[in-house]
Amino acid sequence: MTHNEIEILYVEDNASDVELTLVALRRNRVANRIEIVRDGAEALDFLFCRGTHAEQEFSAPKLILLDLKLPKVDGLEVLRAIREDERTKLIPVVILTSSNEQRDLVESYKSHVNSYIQKPVDFNQFQQVVQQLGLYWLIVNKTPLPETC
Amino acid sequence: MFRFRDYSIPKKLTWMNLVVSGAALGLACASFIAYDLVSIRDTVVRNLSIQAQIVGSNSISAILFNDPQSAEKTLSALHSAPNILGAGIYKSDGQLFAAYRRDAENRNLPLVLQTRSGQTKVRWFGDRRVEVASPVLFQGKTTGTVYIRSDFRQLTDRLKRYVIIVAVVFLTSLLVAVLMSSLIGRAISGPILQLAETARIVSREKTYSVRAPATRNRDELASLIGTFNEMLEQIQERDTEVREVHDNLERRVAERTAQLDTANKELEAFSYSVVHDLRAPLRHINGFSKILEEDYGPTLDATARHYLRSVCDAAKNMGQLVDDLLKMGQVGRQQMVRRPTNLNLVLEAAVRDLLPECAGRQIDWRLTELPSAECDPGLMKLVFTNLLSNAVKYTRRREKTVIEVGHVKLDSESAVFIRDNGAGFDQKYADKLFGVFQRLHRAEEFEGTGVGLATVQRIVQKHGGRIWAEAELGKGATFFFTLAAETYAPASTTKFAAAGKL
Repeated sequence: MTHNEIEILYVEDNASDVELTLVALRRNRVANRIEIVRDGAEALDFLFCRGTHAEQEFSAPKLILLDLKLPKVDGLEVLRAIREDERTKLIPVVILTSSNEQRDLVESYKSHVNSYIQKPVDFNQFQQVVQQLGLYWLIVNKTPLPETC
Repeated sequence: MFRFRDYSIPKKLTWMNLVVSGAALGLACASFIAYDLVSIRDTVVRNLSIQAQIVGSNSISAILFNDPQSAEKTLSALHSAPNILGAGIYKSDGQLFAAYRRDAENRNLPLVLQTRSGQTKVRWFGDRRVEVASPVLFQGKTTGTVYIRSDFRQLTDRLKRYVIIVAVVFLTSLLVAVLMSSLIGRAISGPILQLAETARIVSREKTYSVRAPATRNRDELASLIGTFNEMLEQIQERDTEVREVHDNLERRVAERTAQLDTANKELEAFSYSVVHDLRAPLRHINGFSKILEEDYGPTLDATARHYLRSVCDAAKNMGQLVDDLLKMGQVGRQQMVRRPTNLNLVLEAAVRDLLPECAGRQIDWRLTELPSAECDPGLMKLVFTNLLSNAVKYTRRREKTVIEVGHVKLDSESAVFIRDNGAGFDQKYADKLFGVFQRLHRAEEFEGTGVGLATVQRIVQKHGGRIWAEAELGKGATFFFTLAAETYAPASTTKFAAAGKL
């Protein structure tokens, strides 16, 4: 899978969450081309072709799924970095988190998040959410072409 | 118009001295003048008598030798006395013998005059003139009469001088009296004014460190000032004590607040990590169990599948518990925003939220008009939602459910009540109803976490009200809550949607 074929960049530090999300995605046949990074720093390296991704050529994913509580660089910082860079500022970002705190919601929307989802405890509900998410952001929703960025 | 009692003390003292010394001086001067007037009159009469006698004795020979010219010569000596207007010498038979007239106006001397008793006679004519008639005696016999007419020129001249002198003395004395009194008055009123000024400063600026200046005197005023200063001293001491206590208290409050803030922050951080770190494993347990059940269910036997289901349910319950606890925590921390709220609208919204839960149920909603209240509408909705959802939950076994909402006037307050005809509870456990995690029903009977009513109580208490419940096992429960009395506004005028519409 090459860099420019990535549809979803999924930033999540918890292995179980990654696994459950992948199951849900797979069951709903939403996306095959998904890149998983395990902390905020890696997410930024991947996006801006730095560090271990220095060899890669820049390519914007169609959607970024972002957890808030991340090692090294937290989700909000990643979001702000994405919004500050001309190349990435138009990429849809969906926060996928356990937190329902008003403060997190407010800060996320202030940093121009596109959607904020609290992961439901019940797996059936979670599967539904993932399905809607993939359907909406990858199929229903239209985003500007990368050249116009 | 100024009245005496409105005058300042120095002015009063000055006026007092002025009046007293003026009166004394006036009286003294008046009596002095009166006495002098009397004595001058006596002197005038005496002088006139003497002059008459002198003229008489000098004229004896002229009378005896019938020499009027010589008599007139004697009389003309009277010219040196300016007050004598005219004079005459009469023979023993009363006929005018010789006359002296100062000027033409005084021609009308009496033509006939006799002194019968041989005594000097004095006649006053008002305050303008006086006449003296004195017998001329020769060898014990009356040989004639000397008549002198005089005016009061002397008298009035003296009187004028007296009046001027008296006026000058009076005014000078008064001036001296005023000066003296203002000097003495200052000695008396000065300390009083300073005392008053000190009292004013104390009362206006609340500074107790000022002192009224002490006087060198040892009078009542000095003791008053001394006492006043002592009182100030005591007040200052007490003030300092109070301030110290107050400062101490402030400092302790600040310390405690800081500690509380820290504790609060820690609690917040704690509950924040509870959301993330407790919910995540629950999600994983639930997720993997579900996958296991769905993907490998067919290969498991019934018992294994039952266990798996139990794991799922347990995780789900715990997730609910965590969510409820978090909500309660948020209620506790949340800043309350009070504003005039139509409770009917809040109630309607809460009922509307519950309608999906009530699908397929036969519920008779009896909602009567509620008053308006000064409260946080969001929190108040949470109260209604919790209480109504309880009512819906515990009436589940009823064929026909009745849920009633209204308000009642109690002794001094007004309470909102929510009544259902559900499972109810034993009244002796009513006090346990509002404790966190306290439940009066087993989970198999009615699901729940035991957090809802605790949350409701917290909200009601935040509004300064109280909550209680009355129930009977198997017959339903009624929950009452009040809001602080002042939060109620006059009954709302908005027309409340009829219960039937819901």
